[in-house]
Amino acid sequence: MATMNILVAVCFVYVAFLFFVAFAAERAARQGRSGWLRSPMVYTLSLSIYCTAWTFYGAVGYAARSGMEYLTIYIGPTLVMIGWWWGLRKLVRIGRTQRVTSIADLISSRYGKSNLLAIGVTVLAVIGTTPYIALQLQSVTLSFSVFADAADKSGGMTDMDSTALLVAMGLALFTILFGTRNLDVNERHHGVVIAIAVEAIVKLFALLAVGAFVVWGVVGGVGEMMARIDASDIGHWQMRGDRWASLIFLSAAAFLCLPRMFQVMVVENDDEGHLRTASWAFPAYLMVMSLFVVPIAVTGLDLLPEGSNPDLFVLTLPLAMGKEGLAMLSFIGGFSSATSMVIVAALALSTMVSNHIVMPIWLSVTGGGASVSGDVRNVVITSRRFSIAGVVVLGYLYFRVSGGGTALASIGLVSFAGVAQLLPVLLGGVFWRGATRTGAFVGLSVGFVVWTYSLLLPSFGPDAVLSTQILDQGPFGWSWLRPQAFFGIEGLDPLVHAILWSISLNGLSFVLASMVGFPTPLERLQGAQFVNVYEHSTTPQSWSGNAAQSEDLMIMSQRILGAREAQTLFEREAKRQGVSGYLPDTTPDFLQALERALSGSVGTATAHAMIGQIVGGASVSVEDLLAVADETAQMMEYSSRLEAKSDEQARTARQLRQANEKLQQISVQKDAFLSQVSHELRTPMTSIRAFSEILRDSERLSESEQVKYASIIHDEALRLTRLLDDLLDLSVLENGQVNLNIQSGQLGRLLDHAIASALTGSGAEGFVIHRDSVLEAVRLTTDLDRLSQVFINLISNAQKYCDADVPELAIRVSPRDDRIVIDFVDNGSGISKEDQAVIFEKFARVGAMRAGGAGLGLAICREIMARLGGSVSYLPGQGGAAFRVILPTSQAMAAQ
Amino acid sequence: MGKRVLLIEDEPNIIEAISFILSRDGWAVATHSNGHDAVDVVEEAKPDLLILDVMLPGKSGFEILRHLRENYGPQDLPVMMLTARGQLKDREMAEKAGVNRFMTKPFSNAEMLEAVRELVAS
Repeated sequence: MATMNILVAVCFVYVAFLFFVAFAAERAARQGRSGWLRSPMVYTLSLSIYCTAWTFYGAVGYAARSGMEYLTIYIGPTLVMIGWWWGLRKLVRIGRTQRVTSIADLISSRYGKSNLLAIGVTVLAVIGTTPYIALQLQSVTLSFSVFADAADKSGGMTDMDSTALLVAMGLALFTILFGTRNLDVNERHHGVVIAIAVEAIVKLFALLAVGAFVVWGVVGGVGEMMARIDASDIGHWQMRGDRWASLIFLSAAAFLCLPRMFQVMVVENDDEGHLRTASWAFPAYLMVMSLFVVPIAVTGLDLLPEGSNPDLFVLTLPLAMGKEGLAMLSFIGGFSSATSMVIVAALALSTMVSNHIVMPIWLSVTGGGASVSGDVRNVVITSRRFSIAGVVVLGYLYFRVSGGGTALASIGLVSFAGVAQLLPVLLGGVFWRGATRTGAFVGLSVGFVVWTYSLLLPSFGPDAVLSTQILDQGPFGWSWLRPQAFFGIEGLDPLVHAILWSISLNGLSFVLASMVGFPTPLERLQGAQFVNVYEHSTTPQSWSGNAAQSEDLMIMSQRILGAREAQTLFEREAKRQGVSGYLPDTTPDFLQALERALSGSVGTATAHAMIGQIVGGASVSVEDLLAVADETAQMMEYSSRLEAKSDEQARTARQLRQANEKLQQISVQKDAFLSQVSHELRTPMTSIRAFSEILRDSERLSESEQVKYASIIHDEALRLTRLLDDLLDLSVLENGQVNLNIQSGQLGRLLDHAIASALTGSGAEGFVIHRDSVLEAVRLTTDLDRLSQVFINLISNAQKYCDADVPELAIRVSPRDDRIVIDFVDNGSGISKEDQAVIFEKFARVGAMRAGGAGLGLAICREIMARLGGSVSYLPGQGGAAFRVILPTSQAMAAQ
Repeated sequence: MGKRVLLIEDEPNIIEAISFILSRDGWAVATHSNGHDAVDVVEEAKPDLLILDVMLPGKSGFEILRHLRENYGPQDLPVMMLTARGQLKDREMAEKAGVNRFMTKPFSNAEMLEAVRELVAS
């Protein structure tokens, strides 16, 4: 038990040391002495959280079981760092310019700030990481048990559980203290980064120490060691190409997608130049870490008793040799591997859980926006703390429930394969502008389902979740859906099978769904910013404060958004930056906000190009221009559609207005007509009544008076009759109820008859009429009575109204094509232009002339001519009054 | 007697009828048959009563009355209007313009005489 006590004490001291280091780093950062914190070496060492307890203990176990295959776990990240560091640089640049807080944030931000997507990524990350945290707790517990076994065989498992609980609590406490220390949750966690950098050194040193002890202390030199390795089975393990390729791919993918890796690599990154150093330093670190794996494994297999857990050789070998101090160091190395992983994983996951699950719920429950920012900040901190505790507790529970029997490596690989499902969406988002949110959703969902079904569920063992029957024959007997042999492809390693299918189906459905759908404007904006991150921000500094740029941006924005909108936006952004006035610094955040505001008015690509031109740095790419053209075309199409629509609406409105005007006009006309009729009826009746009363009441009337008054009564009675006849006639004509009596006759005769009828009254004697009998000798087939009525009207009008001293009327006939034109022109002063417009209206009587008519004559003429298929109109410019009658020739009439 | 009535009316038969009726009763009747210069004619004649048709060539009876009422109140110059249109709207317009009596054609001779006597006596 003494060893155990010492062990616990060492743990406490070690943790206290970590607290101190973290605290010191935080203080240095606060005091501005953080230069050394930002060295590329610290960054490189912080990346070493890739090497967890699984790597520290498990690599040896892996080598002992599967030979050189353990190397794949190192080769993947090495390839990424060396061969693809420029890709990482892009990721880091995006993370910095977009102020990304986690991988879930990056993915959701890229795909149009979709929180649903963020939740999906978060859930996937939690599911993928929880077993891994359990794994770390298990490794710590196991390593404790090794010492316990060595000291006291009766060390019960209850102690182990409480050890795990204690460790979990301690780690949660550390993470909460240093992970949520800053009130500004976007700040980097210098304390945590320094602590894990120190742990990186500790675990490397511990492993090297054990390795050196084994090679030189136990085996007795490099030569001896090589001989032992050659003699062992390890060198002769069959190397399976597909499994190697899959594992290298898997570890590379996990290196990119693991939330904790993203945390240290992107979120905590201070300077993307650090990647340059890390690109060689981190592979070197991995190489050194892997250096003694095989020697330790071979020696452990040789020296330790059969059945010893190879996962613990690193610990048991020094113990077996009686080197308790070295074993203690080794234990600390493993402990630090586990703790650094749990701390960073808890930090990364809690950020995701808090930002994408807890906060949205809290905001929607409390009604969000109304509360002041200070409150929200406290809520964020609290939510982050609870999330950290939650994540660690979840790991602990998984550890308790699973019982921790399975080999460490296999849990690790299942986890890796889970988070690797993020790879297509992540890479697609960063390199492919066509990637859409829908695509991301579909891809992730497919990947997750396939991974769960083909790897996660079977990993619990037969009959744990999936029955043996399903494993062997597929669900419902569908053999093509066997979890470990899709579509009947058998013989693949289950892991290879799962990776192959999950990633390829994931990627395929992601690409297809992206191509089918259309990105939203925000997705396009974000897509452009992510994919073209270098053009948008040549270096982060190039965006920094330039008042002239700011002013230019303001001028442009005012044009697009309107002065008030633009000023509000600029003032708000300035205030957010702590700058007074209207000109904020041109930070990426501000530009992004501005771009978003502008894109509402002019489209994403245009807004982007506009800002790019003013801020400079970014040249407008061909792609941008194409996008601009694209959008412009879309807008033009849209606006032309709108225009057509508004044209149509305008036309409808015009028609409605016209119809309404017509109705009003008709209503007014009707009133006027009734009023006119009333007047025309009452006027003769007035005379009739007055004179009949006079005749009745007066006895002393002379005979001539009696005759005169009686004839007035008679004339007025006739006038009334005529009026009523005209009204009835007009009404019949207007209603189209007229029956035409079509006859054939000669025009000349018709005119003879009309003149005879018209010129009956006084003054007819001096009225000269000029005619041309030759041209009049044309036959007409029409309603001769009606046509005659028109002629009579025109002739009598001329006779009544012609004001010439010697009134004359010329009747000119001229045949034209299929029509006959008959003009009636007198030698009077004619009709004024204003009067010409109204003479065909009912009751229109022109000037002071009163000829006893009711003013319906021309209106009736117009109606008659319309019925006859011709027309009558005033013919201006003839000297006197002139009317033109046009009549279709007999053929046309016959057709009617 | 010898009170003067000015009749402005464009229908010759109606002029004749009213002239006859009023003359027989002892009124001095002057007539005028268009609206153009009606106001001048009224101001020159200074009649004890004006009988005014509504529909006159040149200027409507309403316009003439409105003009006259600018200088002559209903007591200074009683005005009786005649109209053959007989719509409510016309009566309202006439009253607005300041008419003393509004009469619709056709009228009875007795009615006409009585109205004239009444208007001049008051």
